Amino acid sequence: VSGVFCWGAGAGQDVGRSCILVSIAGKNVMLDCGMHMGYNDDRRFPDFSYITQNGRLTDFLDCVIISHFHLDHCGALPYFSEMVGYDGPIYMTHPTKAICPILLEDYRKITVDKKGETNFFTSQMIKDCMKKVVAVHLHQTVQVDEELEIKAYYAGHVLGAAMFQIKVGCESVVYTGDYNMTPDRHLGAAWIDKCRPDLLITESTYATTIRDSKRCRERDFLKKVHETVERGGKVLIPVFALGRAQELCILLETFWERMNLKAPIYFSTGLTEKANHYYKLFITWTNQKIRKTFVQRNMFEFKHIKAFDRAFADNPGPMVVFATPGMLHAGQSLQIFRKWAGNEKNMVIMPGYCVQGTVGHKILSGQRKLEMEGRQILEVKMQVEYMSFSAHADAKGIMQLIRQAEPRNVLLVHGEAKKMEFLKQKIEQEFHVSCYMPANGETTTILTNPCIPVDISLGLLKRETAIGPLPDAKKPKLMHGTLLMKDNSFRLVSPEQALKELGLAEHQLRFTCRVHIQDPRKEHETVLRVYNHLKGILKDYSVQHLPDGSITVESILIQATAHSEDQGTKVLLVSWTYQDEELGSYLTSLLKKGLPQSTP
Amino acid sequence: FFQYCLSGHPTLPCNVLKFKSTTIMLDCGLDMTSTLNFLPLPLVQSPRLSKLPSWVLKDGSTFLDKELKECSGHVFVDSVPEFCLPETELLDLSTVDVILISNYHCMMALPYITEYTGFTGTVYATEPTVQIGRLLMEELVNSIERVPKAQSASMWKNKEVQRLLPAPLKDAVEVSMWRKCYTMPEVNSALSKIQLVGYSQKIELFGAVQVTPLSSGYALGSSNWIIQSHYEKVSYVSGSSLLTTHPQPMDQASLKNSDVLILTGLTQIPTANPDGMVGEFCSNLAMTVRNGGNVLVPCYPSGVIYDLLECLYQYIDSAGLSNVPFYFISPVANSSLEFSQIFAEWLCHNKQTKVYLPEPPFPHAELIQTNKLKHYPSIHGDFSNDFKQPCVVFTGHPSLRFGDVVHFMELWGKSSLNTVIFTEPDFSYLDALAPYQPLAMKCVYCPIDTRLNFIQVSKLLKEVQPLHVVCPEQYTQPPPTQSHRTDLMIDCQPPAMSYRRAEVLTLPYKRRYEKIEITPDLADSLVPLEIKPGISLATVSAVLHTKDNKHVLQLPPKPPQPPASKKRKRVSDDVPECKSLKPLLSGSIPVDQFVQTLEKHGFSDVKVEDTAKGHIVLLQEAETLIQLEEDSTHIICDNDEPLRVKLRDLVLKFLQKF
Repeated sequence: VSGVFCWGAGAGQDVGRSCILVSIAGKNVMLDCGMHMGYNDDRRFPDFSYITQNGRLTDFLDCVIISHFHLDHCGALPYFSEMVGYDGPIYMTHPTKAICPILLEDYRKITVDKKGETNFFTSQMIKDCMKKVVAVHLHQTVQVDEELEIKAYYAGHVLGAAMFQIKVGCESVVYTGDYNMTPDRHLGAAWIDKCRPDLLITESTYATTIRDSKRCRERDFLKKVHETVERGGKVLIPVFALGRAQELCILLETFWERMNLKAPIYFSTGLTEKANHYYKLFITWTNQKIRKTFVQRNMFEFKHIKAFDRAFADNPGPMVVFATPGMLHAGQSLQIFRKWAGNEKNMVIMPGYCVQGTVGHKILSGQRKLEMEGRQILEVKMQVEYMSFSAHADAKGIMQLIRQAEPRNVLLVHGEAKKMEFLKQKIEQEFHVSCYMPANGETTTILTNPCIPVDISLGLLKRETAIGPLPDAKKPKLMHGTLLMKDNSFRLVSPEQALKELGLAEHQLRFTCRVHIQDPRKEHETVLRVYNHLKGILKDYSVQHLPDGSITVESILIQATAHSEDQGTKVLLVSWTYQDEELGSYLTSLLKKGLPQSTP
Repeated sequence: FFQYCLSGHPTLPCNVLKFKSTTIMLDCGLDMTSTLNFLPLPLVQSPRLSKLPSWVLKDGSTFLDKELKECSGHVFVDSVPEFCLPETELLDLSTVDVILISNYHCMMALPYITEYTGFTGTVYATEPTVQIGRLLMEELVNSIERVPKAQSASMWKNKEVQRLLPAPLKDAVEVSMWRKCYTMPEVNSALSKIQLVGYSQKIELFGAVQVTPLSSGYALGSSNWIIQSHYEKVSYVSGSSLLTTHPQPMDQASLKNSDVLILTGLTQIPTANPDGMVGEFCSNLAMTVRNGGNVLVPCYPSGVIYDLLECLYQYIDSAGLSNVPFYFISPVANSSLEFSQIFAEWLCHNKQTKVYLPEPPFPHAELIQTNKLKHYPSIHGDFSNDFKQPCVVFTGHPSLRFGDVVHFMELWGKSSLNTVIFTEPDFSYLDALAPYQPLAMKCVYCPIDTRLNFIQVSKLLKEVQPLHVVCPEQYTQPPPTQSHRTDLMIDCQPPAMSYRRAEVLTLPYKRRYEKIEITPDLADSLVPLEIKPGISLATVSAVLHTKDNKHVLQLPPKPPQPPASKKRKRVSDDVPECKSLKPLLSGSIPVDQFVQTLEKHGFSDVKVEDTAKGHIVLLQEAETLIQLEEDSTHIICDNDEPLRVKLRDLVLKFLQKF
């Protein structure tokens, strides 16, 4: 009996920092290496001491897998590999490998250059860390070592996001990272095959939400933006440079085109153009519609959306600005927010989840007086709207994925405890599988019961498949063989072959039973009566009357002789081998009961 | 295990493999060399072509004069060009389960197979293969359909007539099988049957066979394929390259330990060095343009053209060609250039790194941006306004029988200032030029074929060590024109098995084992016994479940408990249901110990007699006789079941079960 051990260094019952350690059949794999955006101290990185107590990370871990480029999934990677120290392979998809270092560098700049923090990873560390990254294709089976293999599946969510299957022999785990089961304006839907893992580790950010249709949310969003712009207000949409931003840009671009609107739309930071470039070059990762039409019209070349300059924020009149970062915790979005917050004509639309501790989280939970740096109080008069555009699976989506993959156990991470509890019950009810939701630092053990692969000789397999009535191929067949175990190899062969390979001779065990029957008739007539009697009862067996006067039932031989002393008694000699034991024993007891009085 | 060979063209293969219970088609290449026998399809009425004299039989019969025309001593069929299809009669193609495509050049016959043979299976190919393959097909269909030709010649195909024709028409094979080009709806339908796969993706076929595409280094998305079960491995190597051009490098390591390696798609020009050819291409191009002439490059819309553009990107400034316009004319020129930039994952490392920056992986993006390279769907429209000479034109088709290239051959052929440079290796350039003779224009032959040459093949085979090599017959002998070059053939041990069109080959291996799984509870129930040092055995009696070609052994169900109430049973109720199998026995029974055991179990009148082969043990009172021999035991007794069972069990104690 073996098992899968799963330990969360960061994901647990909390949104904001994913890092999970999985042990499967002796292999240790770390899933994601995220940081918490709500903290500015040691708590922002996962606590790796649990792993380091076992010695060097490189010796302990077989590989690290990063699901996508969001910092709550990869933000601690340079710290982990360069500062704590890990030299083994790190796997991620090509787009993630391309974009991840840019976001890390961006984040490093905000933290170190702007906030002046020390004890943080450097640019060089990001570069050195990325050298350890091996890029993987979707559906490619990557052989990490001889036993451990991983495979990436499309996850939607953001460009390059992937779910990973981790497999050792018959045992497997699927880790979803963040995923989205409905296609949006720029990405497709997550998909996995019926891989039946022992354990499915799924995010549960929106565990209880069953969101209204995407179309409604989009209409709602456009209406709010339109109304604000119409009354001369400014709309701030805090986003991360890559991901939701592109989807909302496509949405506004087409709306502006259709409605012939004139108010300017800006996209902040120099990342924009670069970000759109990634989408153009990795267009195979977007949804079908965009992929099909990209030669004629590249959806990521925007006509109405222009680069933002800091000075524009003070321009009079309506405008829409996309600004980073998405949770209003720093940078340009926060600067603009401070400028516009005091005017009730303006609006801020939060299109995604905000981690606790961020300004975004505060205003969403209704706070209207914010304490800023230097004890300054900022009064928020602008309208605050929340629209769930972030591409996570909702409860319906999570259930759908479970239906697709058919896991034996489910483990929920990356969600809030209360919501997860609700989903856990739902999963257990509907799928009758065990569902776990460990807290940070808690280890979950799931027992697996893997089948044992064995080599079977083709002769034996063919022989056994041939036995029995052919039409009913579904009916299970009985098989008898000998399992030879030598070193670590298991071979199932026919008993004959086993004897031969071991240089042994077969020992034949034969029984001959004398059965006395009262029958005054001549011998051959007795034989005929016995024959008819057996033929009538043993319909499924081959019963034969041979020319030499004997009867065979399958390979059992029956001969009749007259009793030496009593002519009215016949002696039937029933002879069979040990292999026919059951039938032989049955025949003797049957014949002992005598023959029926009249023969039909 | 059989291989059906449906194509005789070594670089445009089409083989069908019967492997375990699956039927797998490996590539479906379309032999387009047949089109060389046809007259070119001009885009604009060509007085020269329409004035060509009819060909007349030696006896003066003129019944073929509508079908055959003569040009500079060569005879051409005046008809819509036709292609030589893979063999369709050798086996029932509707039984093909899957088609594996190795690269976009080797899928051009796909619509003929999927749309006309009752094929209902799945086609597997990588995304670049499908996208670029679609472009190649689109270009082909487009360039033939836009020149409607009323005439479709068929009389010349009559066997009796064909005999009388001059070479090469006389020797053309399977002319009755030649077919006109497919249509776009057929292309779309064929492509809709493709399932996209990635390198190193393991694809299960019916649970019996696993197929995996591997990078072959030849073109965007080009693959070799591994076809394997648990015990046998066939590698299909088709169109591979070890040169560093734009595609991801070839994955050689995964080809190791193959039982059979099928080798196709080697270089068609084994004597030419691709790098040298690229150099010659550039210098000839520069020389012509400097002298005020135009350069025509007949090419496919994807593949080597990317490399040529990249070379020119580095070359034009130093060669003083910055002001010379480069035109790329094809209905799919724009798509091809765009598509080349979005397959980062399928590119070589250097190009991948550029995408991470993010920059377009191919420099032709910059050539387009700076207006040095312009692309047009055809010579009509914008092109005629922008057209400036001297210039360089890349356009198709390399056979010079259809596409915009025909127009430029007619336009530029008369001047010796101009040059046509052949870079594609698929067609003999002399044959391609034949219907344009006499020609004043210069002709330069710089075939660039990056596929494996024989030196690389022998290195590869040494490296991956397959047990058997299978290849087209052309590779087992030197090229017919260079019969002394014994280095231009495959040299391996054991000698490669060769095949030719319409042949069925039996692949040499026999498998003896299959994978089966034992459930944990069955495994727990087994009682292993060490029979020799290091070797243990256990008898297994189990129920075999087979589903989707996967076998699982489970604990047999417990026999149902007899019902408690004792109703009167019919005799037949007792008949043993299925033959429950008893193990084989082995060992021998030492007579002394056996007798002792009998006595211990209450038999007091045991008598032993010696026989020639062993002993007879007599139980006098029970009138029972037990013959003991080296390898057999025979118990002869009255019908006393308890006694017999007791004796049986005592005997079994001495024996080993198997």
